[in-house]
Amino acid sequence: MSFKKVFASLLAAAMLVGCGSGSTGSDTTASSTSGSSDSESGRVYFLNFKPELDETLQELAATYTDETGVEVQVVTAASGTYSQTLTAEMDKSAKPTLFVIGNQAGVREWSDYAIDLTGTAIANELSTDAYNLYDESGKLVSIGYCYECYGIIVNPDLLEQAGHSLDEITNFDSLKAVVEDIHARADELGFDAFSSSDMDGSSSWRFTGHLANLEYYYEERDAGGWTEAPATLTGAYVENFKNLYDLIINNSLTDPKDLATGGHDAENEFKTGQAAFFVNGSWEYAAVSEDVPNARMIPYYCGVAGEEKAGLNCGTENCWAVNSQVSEADQQATIDFMVWLVSDSFAASKMVEQLGVLPYKNAPESANGFLADAANYTDNGCYVMDWATNYQPNVDEYRAGLVAALNQYDADQSDANWANVETAFVQGWATQYAAVNN
Amino acid sequence: MSETKKSKHTAGKNSSNLKDQIRRWWWLFLLPVTLAFVIGFIWPFLQGIYLSFCKFKTTSDATFIGLSNYGRALSDPTFVHSFWYSALFAVTSLVFINIPAFAVAYALTQDIKFSNLYRTVFFMPNLIGGIVLGYIWSMIFDGILSAYNTSILLNSTYGFWGLIILICWQQIGYMMIIYIAGLQAIPTDMIEAAEIDGANGWQTLFKVIIPNVMPSITICMFLSITNGFKLFDQNLALTAGQPFIMNPDGTTIKTTEMLALNIYNTFYNSNAASRGTAQAKAVLFFILVAAIGLIQLRFTREKEVQQ
Repeated sequence: MSFKKVFASLLAAAMLVGCGSGSTGSDTTASSTSGSSDSESGRVYFLNFKPELDETLQELAATYTDETGVEVQVVTAASGTYSQTLTAEMDKSAKPTLFVIGNQAGVREWSDYAIDLTGTAIANELSTDAYNLYDESGKLVSIGYCYECYGIIVNPDLLEQAGHSLDEITNFDSLKAVVEDIHARADELGFDAFSSSDMDGSSSWRFTGHLANLEYYYEERDAGGWTEAPATLTGAYVENFKNLYDLIINNSLTDPKDLATGGHDAENEFKTGQAAFFVNGSWEYAAVSEDVPNARMIPYYCGVAGEEKAGLNCGTENCWAVNSQVSEADQQATIDFMVWLVSDSFAASKMVEQLGVLPYKNAPESANGFLADAANYTDNGCYVMDWATNYQPNVDEYRAGLVAALNQYDADQSDANWANVETAFVQGWATQYAAVNN
Repeated sequence: MSETKKSKHTAGKNSSNLKDQIRRWWWLFLLPVTLAFVIGFIWPFLQGIYLSFCKFKTTSDATFIGLSNYGRALSDPTFVHSFWYSALFAVTSLVFINIPAFAVAYALTQDIKFSNLYRTVFFMPNLIGGIVLGYIWSMIFDGILSAYNTSILLNSTYGFWGLIILICWQQIGYMMIIYIAGLQAIPTDMIEAAEIDGANGWQTLFKVIIPNVMPSITICMFLSITNGFKLFDQNLALTAGQPFIMNPDGTTIKTTEMLALNIYNTFYNSNAASRGTAQAKAVLFFILVAAIGLIQLRFTREKEVQQ
């Protein structure tokens, strides 16, 4: 009997302790913000949006804590869920102190949550203003921490095996000739022209985000440059998008009909020499150059007049914003951490290794071959295709519409299906622009 | 002799003591679960209703704007489409889950060898998460459909039936467990009596067994119809609303988008008012599901018999 009694009271006590400790637990998190605002060191919480950078950042965060004693937490949102994660994290008492506002849409959405970085220690470290984002009032909302480029990655060794050379390719017609020749002889050569262009969430951004940029860029150029998203597109270069898109899907390892649900590993196809071309960006250099040390990047040649002078698509969505809703000590700690990342020799070299070029005075030179290609094009007087794609309105919905239309087209390349792609591309822009701005 | 009496006496005293204690301290035992319920359900629910009248970016920073979110929600054609699509799905899945679930449960309460093993096997799909299931099934379906040059993402009929197959595969085992419990609770003498009275198998099934498992049928129908309406992760992972119908003005109808996914997509739209609109849709969604669930409960309750 007495055993039961003891047991029961023990259980009850355990339960009380359980809920007691639960509530103290949440108290601790709450007080850690207010507590840290009192303490001098402050706290750093970086909500990172690039999954491929996570490992490096975790390592650097640990190093920084070892060196300075400042607590640094790095959380990386799963691919494609940054805005969801940011919304949720911003609601917590321990908010991110450092987060990413990568484009004008982001500035509109999150400007209220960002401090003006003008004149801060990190802004003074910058070597260029080119990648900074300002809001309408001229507040410096976020600053670029690296810039990147994208285009078509090529394996020149495979081109040579097929009896071609990279120098042959100077515009769409010459690209097409090489690509179609390789695809036609794929069985004999043992490799194909393009790696797979899957349309699932892990890969479709290469086309609806990046490849689509060629259309926006040339429209932007005709308009004399965009400073904010236009309400409508003319669609003048959709045909050029089609040129290159058709070339990519029809001269590839994978039947276009099998692209919708994905499941192919394009990076691996390129790395293992199964494909000579791979549509992607400079962040792939580290992964690709191990197996294909001679890998190069060429522009999106798509049949636009004068494209012999085209360069790579350069820009960034990697822009840091410091949270205005955390204590000053936290903001200061965060800025100190940012300065360390771009100027400390160990940290900055790690960052450069992963990200390519850091646009900061004290950052080491990049060894990224694709960014070197980008610089070469510029040095040779080619025009840079900037990231007009960053203006895509209501980006997730807009791209979802484009993916759905492209899936129909991939399965059946009829004119009617292309008309739908064009509608998604052009009218979809206007619709999403209106949806966001009404 | 006296010893036994004594111990009986103490036992009686102790148990009445315990009852007293429980009478005095019952609230303490209810406290943890009540707290959890308030924190995890009541409070978010009330806050959600409040937010449906607000414009907000993060939930802790909201401005009250009145009813306009509801206006936006109701005038959104995609919301209306997803409601009817969800309704069709819920009713279809109700039939396709419950009939096989009952049949399997009935078979596995007969004297079949390894029936426990079969029960486990049927139940197991229920242990896999919806997102994983969605991706696995999309590969299975496309593995088959690609032979016919199509994909589950290209045809809304395939999308619909694909989701039905997926949900049946996942839920039949779960409903089966509830039916088995119901079937086992039927007194055997009742069935024996029916046999003696000359009822054949079908008559026993429809006149004795089914009326007696009506409480299980009620709960299974309630669960499958509300699950049908609430379905989210499987829908997201399998088709995410594809294929879309592209209207000439650039608007789209996501043909296989169900209510919960529609709300989710609205919430993460970049429009400043979209979160409030999504919240308003969520409140409407709650009212709809609750109303439909209650009507169904009432309807099937009437058919229950008292043993």
